[in-house]
Amino acid sequence: MAALTKRSKVVSNKKMSFWEKIYLPAILGGMWITLGHLFTRKTTVRYPEVTREFSEIYRGKHVLKRDDEGRERCTACGLCAVACPAEAITMIAAERKPGEENLYREEKYASTYEINMLRCIFCGLCEEACPKEAIFLTKEIVKAGYERDTFVYGKDVLLEPLDPLKRIDVSKRQTPEVLEFKKDKNQRHNVQ
Amino acid sequence: MFKITIDNILIEVEEGTTILQAARMIGGKVVPPAMCYYTGLKGSGGKCRSCLVKVAKGSAKDPRPMPKLVASCSTPVQDGMVVENTTSAEVQEARKGVVEFLLINHPLDCPVCDQAGECDLQDLSYGFGMEETNTREPRREYPVVDIGPLIKLHMNRCIHCYRCVLAAEQLTKKRAHGMLYRGDTMEISTFIQTAIDNDFSGNMIDVCPVGALTDKTFRFKSRVWFLNPMNAHRECSKCSGKVTAWMFGNEIYRITGRKDQFGEVEEFICNECRFEKKDINDWVIDGPRKIKRQSVISSNHYEELKKGSIIHPIEGTTEPQE
Ligand code: SF4
Ligand code: SF4
Ligand code: SF4
Ligand code: FES
Repeated sequence: MAALTKRSKVVSNKKMSFWEKIYLPAILGGMWITLGHLFTRKTTVRYPEVTREFSEIYRGKHVLKRDDEGRERCTACGLCAVACPAEAITMIAAERKPGEENLYREEKYASTYEINMLRCIFCGLCEEACPKEAIFLTKEIVKAGYERDTFVYGKDVLLEPLDPLKRIDVSKRQTPEVLEFKKDKNQRHNVQ
Repeated sequence: MFKITIDNILIEVEEGTTILQAARMIGGKVVPPAMCYYTGLKGSGGKCRSCLVKVAKGSAKDPRPMPKLVASCSTPVQDGMVVENTTSAEVQEARKGVVEFLLINHPLDCPVCDQAGECDLQDLSYGFGMEETNTREPRREYPVVDIGPLIKLHMNRCIHCYRCVLAAEQLTKKRAHGMLYRGDTMEISTFIQTAIDNDFSGNMIDVCPVGALTDKTFRFKSRVWFLNPMNAHRECSKCSGKVTAWMFGNEIYRITGRKDQFGEVEEFICNECRFEKKDINDWVIDGPRKIKRQSVISSNHYEELKKGSIIHPIEGTTEPQE
């Protein structure tokens, strides 16, 4: 019969010697290895007192950015949703009314914007797809929870706070080319 | 019958056919893009120049090449004509120039535009456009206006193809809108806000190759790639009642004409079908429409793969890879 896996071993039934029969050397050998591990470098940290250093481009919880004047950047174009391999993003668009120019950057905005964090695989494709630099992943971790419903994050959680001190800096996530492009104020994209 | 060669493919066509129509009979890559020509509208074509081709041999009798690139939508074929489209670097280069000019005043606000995903100009720019712009001047800007209660006009996005004016003239009894001014200040107007209330005025939305004329009842409702286009029909006293229903679950988000592979509607539909019948019970749904796999509309629409079909053969192999 053909072997089921490549790893199968032929078991030998050979008689054990006296030293093997008393087991003690094998037990001591095992304990020696355990003892050795006490003195090696630990691979774990005492979270939450100690946290690990995060990469600047760590892919954690999303943020919906505002522009410098505090207007929402997202225009509900749906490109993040179509790029998302997990189909985690849904949104409903609405038209900006006269007088709301200080709230929304474009004529159209997302009145609801939801990401299902249970579906999200944190691939960052939404960030890559966004033409308006509206959605970014951040270093923040998505918290654990007991109810499934609490993982559908709406605009209340995702939107960047207006408070200038609480703004989220994403410039480290952008490539040098993008940062260079953004300096060009002749481009309508970069105005304000 | 005339024999004509387009991109080294020989085809026999009727006398009086245009080069564009002959190319469409061959189909595939040799078909030049057309932004202003529309088969169903008399007098359309010859305005956008995106369908330029090179005529390397005028005809069997007079084999001299034509001195300049010609607009294939308005040039009739001659017997023995040799046409180059994709095989001519000159044509490709010229088309890049045409696209640059079409985009010179275009806002390219596709993320906001309701036409995105089914826009001829997007396809054309994607194929031939530059990544950067050569102009620094501000683009012309017009306010967004309502043409009647059902249609929204974004003059910023208009490329002056004239299709809507011809549609209004030929499909409706009284034309209520036309072009004003000239050059880059040209503007579509409804002759001082005369609302268009013709039974067939909604077809202007379908013939507009860009997002200049859009359906107000669908404005910002969804993006085309989130919807499922379905063939649907109903008994209608004014038109054939054969439409495409763009559905999300059991809801109809919008109704359009049935567009063929060249983006032209098979039959013009009336406003009642287009704007008023948004309930699923008004329609008999015939089934999903075939979408090109390259189109963004086909994304996330799952279709069963046929067993054994090779989707992306890896170079140098003949076996499907696991
Ligand atoms: S990170 Fe990836 S999976 Fe998560 S929402 Fe964005 S695109 Fe979808
Ligand atoms: S986050 Fe970006 S890609 Fe997603 S809808 Fe908003 S503007 Fe479009
Ligand atoms: S008309 Fe086409 S190219 Fe222009 S903004 Fe709309 S989708 Fe984009
Ligand atoms: S399609 Fe021929 S010139 Fe526009």
